[in-house]
Amino acid sequence: MSLRIVVCVKYVPDATGDRQFTEDLTVNRDDVDGLLSELDEYAVEQALQIADEADDAEITVLTVGPEDAKDALRKALSMGADKAIHVEDDDLHGTDVMGTSLVLAKAIEKAGYDLVITGMASTDGTMGVLPAILAERLGVPQVTLLSEVKVEDGTVTGRRDGDTASEQLEASLPALVSVTDQSGEARYPSFKGIMAAKKKPVESWDLSDLDLESDEVGLEGSWTAVDSAAQRPARTAGTIVKDEGEGGKQLAEFLAGQKFI
Amino acid sequence: MAEVLVYVDHVDGAVRKPTLELLTLARRIGEPVAVALGAGADATAAVLAEHGAVKVLTADAPEFTEYLVVPKVDALQAAYEAVSPAAVLVPSSAEGKEIAARLAVRIGSGIITDAIDLEAGDEGPVATQSAFAASFTTKSRVSKGTPVITVKPNSAPVEAAPAAGAVEALAVTFGALATGTKVTARTPRESTGRPELTEAAIVVSGGRGVNGAENFGIIEALADSLGAAVGASRAAVDAGWYPHTNQVGQTGKSVSPQLYIASGISGAIQHRAGMQTSKTIVAINKDAEAPIFDLVDYGVVGDLFAVVPQLTDEIKARKG
Repeated sequence: MSLRIVVCVKYVPDATGDRQFTEDLTVNRDDVDGLLSELDEYAVEQALQIADEADDAEITVLTVGPEDAKDALRKALSMGADKAIHVEDDDLHGTDVMGTSLVLAKAIEKAGYDLVITGMASTDGTMGVLPAILAERLGVPQVTLLSEVKVEDGTVTGRRDGDTASEQLEASLPALVSVTDQSGEARYPSFKGIMAAKKKPVESWDLSDLDLESDEVGLEGSWTAVDSAAQRPARTAGTIVKDEGEGGKQLAEFLAGQKFI
Repeated sequence: MAEVLVYVDHVDGAVRKPTLELLTLARRIGEPVAVALGAGADATAAVLAEHGAVKVLTADAPEFTEYLVVPKVDALQAAYEAVSPAAVLVPSSAEGKEIAARLAVRIGSGIITDAIDLEAGDEGPVATQSAFAASFTTKSRVSKGTPVITVKPNSAPVEAAPAAGAVEALAVTFGALATGTKVTARTPRESTGRPELTEAAIVVSGGRGVNGAENFGIIEALADSLGAAVGASRAAVDAGWYPHTNQVGQTGKSVSPQLYIASGISGAIQHRAGMQTSKTIVAINKDAEAPIFDLVDYGVVGDLFAVVPQLTDEIKARKG
């Protein structure tokens, strides 16, 4: 029986660019290049490894985002995913995590799945709550923040490295898994993979395909409101000294002056 | 006065500092009612009362340790239904965020994570957050349902404010999802005796310039002279020189201590994302052009192998 894997990915503004907010306090996506969130590459990688081990598996990558977000899907397809779904709708602009998770859950259910895999967080919003919310919405076990994951005989097992303990987890499929950046280096797309990706199907769905109303998403339907966004004032230039043999002592003097010693 | 639920992060009854900080913030928006779950929950009452909890709701059951996250959500939801609070505050640990997230879905509420400050507003609590590697500060509020907010460690002072702290048993019924993810083994992390990274008042971090696991000893020695936690950049972690649990940055932990000392760290945006809100920043680096120097209050351009041990010795001498 085929193992249906859905990987949720996000198209994010490049963190090395000059990221800004727009007038409506949503993320400015125009002035900074976007890319597949690095933490989601680990999710795609684990999906590929799980599919390799399975008798028969199909990997669908799913994203919710503007037109450009197709780039994130193409990257995942060129890594080796089989097909892609792009949920795109003008009414989605400004959707927060509750709305996005609603759209993702509807799309995952429509696509059909045995296993959902996500990254641990996006590299722009960095909330890290979407996996738990999705599991709640889908009503399936959450097997999250895994640094190791394995799927065998309808069971997913993994290791979760927390602050106070390392835990071994186990759940039956269908389930939702999120993986950390310790789960294994993500592969680079090969030339062959990039060429093959061009021929792979990318479906586009809008809100009506998912039986969602526009007031359930977007800025209007948002569960949270951003009232202001202010650029942090640049730090005033600090004191910088060159070590001429006394650098450690000078630093100690500074720390003592600040009452840290 | 409105009640505010505060989820208690504790280890066998020892309440962790971020929860006490939450009680300070909770008092700004109402009367704190603490929810303590698991073994030792009753033992948390005294310290919670001392810091302002008017009530402490406790529950213990094997489900809390045998299954992941969801049993705790069931319990927090039971507390929510018993109290009808004006807001729910949860510490921003990995597990805390997951518990808060699932509760928010269940009660139809918006969620704000990683708040660094909280104040009362006309339309409910207003949370301050850092965005885009802390280059922006935003103010947000939950506009639907009862605000569920997770708060980062070191966001508020711990203040004594004695209150009744009456202990009440919380009745919890576990739902069908509670037993979905079984914890089949648990290996406690070995204690280093140092403060927890995200909670520490001082963090001493090492990066690529430390050049080997064996050299992290000098970073640890400096940390120990200051009673600090040890952090590491991604480069140092990826090289296997220090454990991932100590990684500071975009894909690791975000810290906001009183003092952050970066040694041999150039200061790529990904690292800055995890430490830029530190109050005082100090760097030691050979490269005078390293971007970390743009952030510092005090920087030493020099060889960390000379500067760090000298600094450690000087601190020890001054502390006598």
